[in-house]
Amino acid sequence: MAQVSSIADEQTSTPVSSSKSITLRISRYNPKHDESSQFMEFSVPYEKWTTVLEAILEVKKHFDHSVAVRYSCRQATCGSCGMMINGKPRLACFTKISELNSNVITVEPMNNFPIIRDLAVKFERLFDSHHKIKPYLIRDDSELESDEREFLQSPKEVEQYIQFANCIKCGLCNSACPTMATDSSFVGPQALAQAYRYVADSRDKGKDTRLKIIDESHGIWRCHFAGSCSQVCPKGVDPAMGIQLLRGYLLGFRS
Amino acid sequence: MTSDEHKEGIRGMANPSRYGIERVAYLLMRLSGLGLLAYFVAHIYETSNILRGQVGWDEFLELTQTTEGHIFLTVVIGMCVFHTVNGVRVMLGHGGVGVGKPTRPDYPYDPASQNYRHKIGIYSAIVLAAAAMMYGLAVMFGE
Ligand code: HEM
Ligand code: SF4
Ligand code: FES
Repeated sequence: MAQVSSIADEQTSTPVSSSKSITLRISRYNPKHDESSQFMEFSVPYEKWTTVLEAILEVKKHFDHSVAVRYSCRQATCGSCGMMINGKPRLACFTKISELNSNVITVEPMNNFPIIRDLAVKFERLFDSHHKIKPYLIRDDSELESDEREFLQSPKEVEQYIQFANCIKCGLCNSACPTMATDSSFVGPQALAQAYRYVADSRDKGKDTRLKIIDESHGIWRCHFAGSCSQVCPKGVDPAMGIQLLRGYLLGFRS
Repeated sequence: MTSDEHKEGIRGMANPSRYGIERVAYLLMRLSGLGLLAYFVAHIYETSNILRGQVGWDEFLELTQTTEGHIFLTVVIGMCVFHTVNGVRVMLGHGGVGVGKPTRPDYPYDPASQNYRHKIGIYSAIVLAAAAMMYGLAVMFGE
């Protein structure tokens, strides 16, 4: 299946004044009829600013349009393009080839997510867990009814949670997490960080409900504070911080 | 392709090479915890030899007087010290102590929870464990 090709001479969307090229190894796997994954290799030209996603799209355009990859925004906003790039979960659109300092770039589907095909993985479990922690403000009244028309917050109150609201649901954290690696039921760093995001919001009154949801055997206690989630998060969410602060409530360190 | 879920599995969980010293500490903590548990069980078995009287006790104690016994005990000392010191760090972290404060993050988004305080905690645990092991070696082999 392996094939080495070169597109340096062809017309590409990346301006190919560049003489630099890398070998892009793409993991190919279709669970419907393949027994195991195999790598296909392509030689792709790049510039200082070329992203891994652009390199994959070059391959799709010129060599093999059947490579399955999910993407949309190309600017680290939609959370679609997470994949293992040289062994670590990263956003393909947010990772420049030049920053990887390697002549060979290996892309594989994210760990801890079922594979749909090639680089595309299923997000059902991530979304289910996210939904489970009730990712919305819980309170009896609504902004529409209240006299104030909106629930005011001081900049300080906003600062308590805004970092966690940066989450784009890309799943990189869940892919790096050592507990996710072996536990099929763990709620995961993404959802736990979102539980903190709402618990820390001064407008929210659902703290007790949420703490109860995560206080179970495959909930927050499975976190060992290894911190890998925070190291791979592309948006500075720092799930590990959120989880420990959240656990502080359950342990009685905070109220 | 271990299963449909595509979980990384124990190998991925126990791979300390990708996510910094914090992941190394995670692995050492697990290994030392399990090692201490094994030692604890063995220790109860060993000390129960006192029921066989002085002779049985002395006989068993000789096991630890060999070179292998010394090395084994040195490893136990290292596990003990690392597990205790790092355990205090992990417990503080789990309570939300020293994990940083939420802010408005800026590129390149260095995570505040992976900060120097916890790194110092980890390196202290390693250095203290190494020092205790060297002291143990000096005492046991220095006789
Ligand atoms: C003062 C001494 C100790 C302290 C402060 C301590 C602290 C801790 C902490 C905080 C954890 C959880 C780590 C995590 O969340 O990843 C842990 C795990 C563990 N400890 Fe200890 N511990 C101590 C002594 C012991 C002893 C004497 C034993 C054995 C008899 C032991 C066996 C374990 C085991 C088996 C685990 C679980 C390891 C794992 O699966 O990750 N610990 N310890
Ligand atoms: S916390 Fe970070 S890594 Fe995890 S899903 Fe959200 S943006 Fe992605
Ligand atoms: S394509 Fe949207 S995050 Fe990468």
